[in-house]
Amino acid sequence: MERKPIYFDHAATTPLCKEALIKMTPYFTEIFGNPNSQHYYGRESVKAVDEARDTIASLINAKPNEVYFTSGGTESDNWALRGIAHARKEKGKHIVISPIEHAAMLSTAKALKKEGFEIEYMKVDEFGLVDLEHLKSIVRDDTIFVGCMMANNEVGTIEPIKEIVQIAHEKGAIAFTDAVQAAGVLKIDVKELGVDLMSMSAHKIYGPKGVGALYIRNGVKVESILTGGHQERMKRGGTTNVAGIVGFAEAFKIAIKEIDDNFNYVSSLRDHFIERILSEVPFVKLNGHRTKRLPANADFSFDFIEGESILFSLDLAGISVSSGSACSSGSLEPSHVLLALGLEEALAHGSIRFSFGKHNTKEEVDYAVEVIKESVKKLREMSPLFKAEGDIKYV
Amino acid sequence: MYNEKVMEVFKNPKNVGEIENPDGIGTVGNASCGDIMQISLKIENDIIVDAKFKTFGCAAAIATSSTATDMIIGMTIEEALKVTNRKVVECLGGLPSQKLHCSVLAEEAIKKAIEDYLAKKNA
Repeated sequence: MERKPIYFDHAATTPLCKEALIKMTPYFTEIFGNPNSQHYYGRESVKAVDEARDTIASLINAKPNEVYFTSGGTESDNWALRGIAHARKEKGKHIVISPIEHAAMLSTAKALKKEGFEIEYMKVDEFGLVDLEHLKSIVRDDTIFVGCMMANNEVGTIEPIKEIVQIAHEKGAIAFTDAVQAAGVLKIDVKELGVDLMSMSAHKIYGPKGVGALYIRNGVKVESILTGGHQERMKRGGTTNVAGIVGFAEAFKIAIKEIDDNFNYVSSLRDHFIERILSEVPFVKLNGHRTKRLPANADFSFDFIEGESILFSLDLAGISVSSGSACSSGSLEPSHVLLALGLEEALAHGSIRFSFGKHNTKEEVDYAVEVIKESVKKLREMSPLFKAEGDIKYV
Repeated sequence: MYNEKVMEVFKNPKNVGEIENPDGIGTVGNASCGDIMQISLKIENDIIVDAKFKTFGCAAAIATSSTATDMIIGMTIEEALKVTNRKVVECLGGLPSQKLHCSVLAEEAIKKAIEDYLAKKNA
């Protein structure tokens, strides 16, 4: 391979930024203390964690004691949903979530169903937007939890969280949002949104893997899922990931500092890419909403061909993308998100997610378009579903 | 996830296409499962002289289509009917377990194409 593979999978993860790495490094070696220790080393680590908590809180307009560090998005989602369900089971057993949540939510909901909770799903339209009228009609007095992601990881659709929160609160339900794809990309003010709980993750915004946070509004009771020592104000056991937390805060700080520049730059790459694909590749569908969309995301379904073969075809040409959600690539089922959007199964099988980052260039995007045209053409020539070779023009 | 052999065959598959006026043709799988495989055969004196495939599916499905068609060219139909998915997988140096069903498709497509040939012959 002549050139380093082009990385268009930033919704899966991002490279750690140098600033975060530099900030983290001493906490692996010199300042290695356990924040639970009373002595000098422990106190130094406490200082770093407190400072990181202050930083993250201020970036989402929360109070520091409303930010709880976790091992990442999955744990935050698990904690929010399971923790609220268990804390409020006397009030009701009805839980409402969107059908396009991350597997961390869907799997937890399934587990809760086995415990006797009733899970009901919001409706989403063909673009992935939650149907608010439908939501109003299903939230009840005994609904204890209403949860919807702020922006979808697969198709990038940005949801009307403020309105969803209002509907939840009208019936006294706790409102949760999974902001793993949104935090550091979209401007978030938890007080203005009114949300009770919110999941965040570091590695989607050039921070380290294995660290995230759950915002829990003061006054909201959540049962612990990781029981252990006194960490995180007795709510989350486990030795504090000091270096990870320091890196998370630094990456988040930079993401917010650069938020407008990154949004504009990345979305300009994305728009250029979308325009070229739609005009130069026949039989292709853009999934998700055209404007209410994460700046990095372009998700396409290519007719007549299967996503995994597109993924490896692009991989061989030095372009790293994902087919549906990276988490579901081990399974053979088509993406649950695309099915919820009403796509036919065959088209759902043929989906590829491109997610751009601040280090990508227009040259890379243009190169990718040429490779995609070739790969799609070659795979279609192999496909028994594709009969009209002669009529198709690749510009 | 895939070994080098599988990726190499996927990159440069052999026998892509459809034989005109085939002596036998078989299509198996369905779009909802994400795999459709079509194998068409040219058969002379019960010997497979040419085989081509068209596949909608993952890299493993395409690689097994190529390998399976390659294996059966030159075989008698009796020999081709004995080609199992295990033999195709062996020839590719193995497949991830969740992809083994793709090799079953290849075996089934060959069987179906030969059945089609036999049905036409006996009609």
